[in-house]
Amino acid sequence: MKRLYLLLAAVFIILMLLPLFLDNYALGIFIMIFFWAYVGQSWNVLTGYTGHISLGHALYLGIGAYATTYLAQTFGLTPWIGMFLGGFIAVAIALFLGFLGFRFGLRGVYFVIMTIAFAEITRLVVSHIEALGSFTGIFLDFNPSFYNFQFRGNIPYYYIALGFVVASLIAVRILEVSKAGRFIVAIREDEEAAQALGVNTFKYNMIAIAISAFMTSLAGAFYANYIFYLHPNSLFGMSMSIELILRPIIGGLGTLFGPVIGSIILTPLSEISRAYFAKGGLEGLHLILYGVVAILVVLFMPKGIIVYVKRLLEPILKLSRDK
Amino acid sequence: MGGIYGLIALGLSLIFGVMGVINFAHGQMMVMAMYVSYWIFVLLGIDPYLSLGIVAAVIFVLGYLIQATVVNRILDYPEAMQVLPLVSMGLILENIALLFWGPDHRSPQTALGLETLWLGPVMIDVSRLIAFALAILITILIFIFLKKTNIGKCIRAASDNRTGAILVGINVDRIYNTSFALGAATTAAAGVLLLPLMPISPYLGHDFTLTAFIVVILGGMGNLIGALVGGLILGIAESVSTLFLPATLKHAVSFSILIIIMLFRPQGLFGGKK
Repeated sequence: MKRLYLLLAAVFIILMLLPLFLDNYALGIFIMIFFWAYVGQSWNVLTGYTGHISLGHALYLGIGAYATTYLAQTFGLTPWIGMFLGGFIAVAIALFLGFLGFRFGLRGVYFVIMTIAFAEITRLVVSHIEALGSFTGIFLDFNPSFYNFQFRGNIPYYYIALGFVVASLIAVRILEVSKAGRFIVAIREDEEAAQALGVNTFKYNMIAIAISAFMTSLAGAFYANYIFYLHPNSLFGMSMSIELILRPIIGGLGTLFGPVIGSIILTPLSEISRAYFAKGGLEGLHLILYGVVAILVVLFMPKGIIVYVKRLLEPILKLSRDK
Repeated sequence: MGGIYGLIALGLSLIFGVMGVINFAHGQMMVMAMYVSYWIFVLLGIDPYLSLGIVAAVIFVLGYLIQATVVNRILDYPEAMQVLPLVSMGLILENIALLFWGPDHRSPQTALGLETLWLGPVMIDVSRLIAFALAILITILIFIFLKKTNIGKCIRAASDNRTGAILVGINVDRIYNTSFALGAATTAAAGVLLLPLMPISPYLGHDFTLTAFIVVILGGMGNLIGALVGGLILGIAESVSTLFLPATLKHAVSFSILIIIMLFRPQGLFGGKK
């Protein structure tokens, strides 16, 4: 394990120094890699570790973005605080959803459909609230300052996004080795057996969904102040929910580094192909590419790419000997 | 609308009932059917009602291929992993439609498109009436198919007991392909009937996937008659809700119904005890 930490430290130092050598566009791609890795990690906490699939995580992302922006525009509250308030709203909704889902014992597909339904209802309701910009969405004014969470150039965003990823890795690692984390994994492996052995599955499912929603909504605040435009269909829509689950699944579901690896592979692919195909008038082709990649990964490497990365790094890290 | 909802849901329910897989690409397959029918209409001038058979056949083949290449391989996966390939399939179909036909809304001017019929004081759209009648007819045909023909019997056998079906010498993989294709073709028929009623756009698909879920859950998963009745109920509920809510919010109503049904009667309104 020691070598793994050394490697991670080296990668971290390189990433800290990287903005010195890269231009704004390349930094933008790195920001998106970090962003999707972080969001994927947040989703992974729920689905990867408990096994309950959420196809409505766009809900929490949207709530984070909308709450932060609304508080900033109406009350002049700094997003640094607003994002935590948004996080609490997201947690409240997640707990309500979780309460219904876990209390009534909705399993598998039923749970998936319920998460979709929640996200869709929120999307439709937000589309009808005048104060939240209804159908047209909200445009954010650009007032660069630390207080406003808005900056000129990509470098500050780069460090914030990197901070998000590092913090999420540490948080999930702590969760993984904690007692609660062990219980959560036990739920994924066999919920009934875990229950029979005295694990309060309801409680730990609720903990997982709350953490996941909170983390996702923080990313919403970042999204709002990086993209500067909020639209209910793009933030709460199904396609956002699909987009954010692709990376952890491709990287490796229920693993600490899966979402990061998935994002490193998929994000540049999507950013570059999107720019490339849009130029030729072929919008949507990058999404077809996505779909094909996702199907192939599920069919031929259901455990994710992380398995291959591990094998590749084995000679350097000697992970198995440490165990 | 109720009849069409029922037909869409019938396709979904057929697929679920036989294989236990939820087809997350369902609405997108229907949109494909609508575009194919639209194409035939614009290029060859054949009215959607006449091209129904051709379109259904095209989507039948599409469904057969999807099942044979992807779905058959994921049947033994945990549910979590079954969801993603089908969601991705929906994504692929949606964007193929986008690529070929662009994001604009299109609506063909069919011969009967705007005809109306006065039945006493009530005005009825002819296309709606035809859609409803054909939807019921197709449903009845599918029932007869499942009850009387050899393939239909094999499908029911495979859905009852997969191992048993294999033991008596049924080629289950091929039966699965056929049932998925049949479900797809049913949905395609619904799409064609819908074509004169609403403008098509590539993004319609996921709305209809969700609508189909709602109907199927109303009627009970895998319950074919339930699907039809559920469709009628949903059609009525949505029209009534537009009386006191903005039309764009009608889906919020149906989703709320969906959640309540899932919580209190997960076996559907007409399902027996599980």
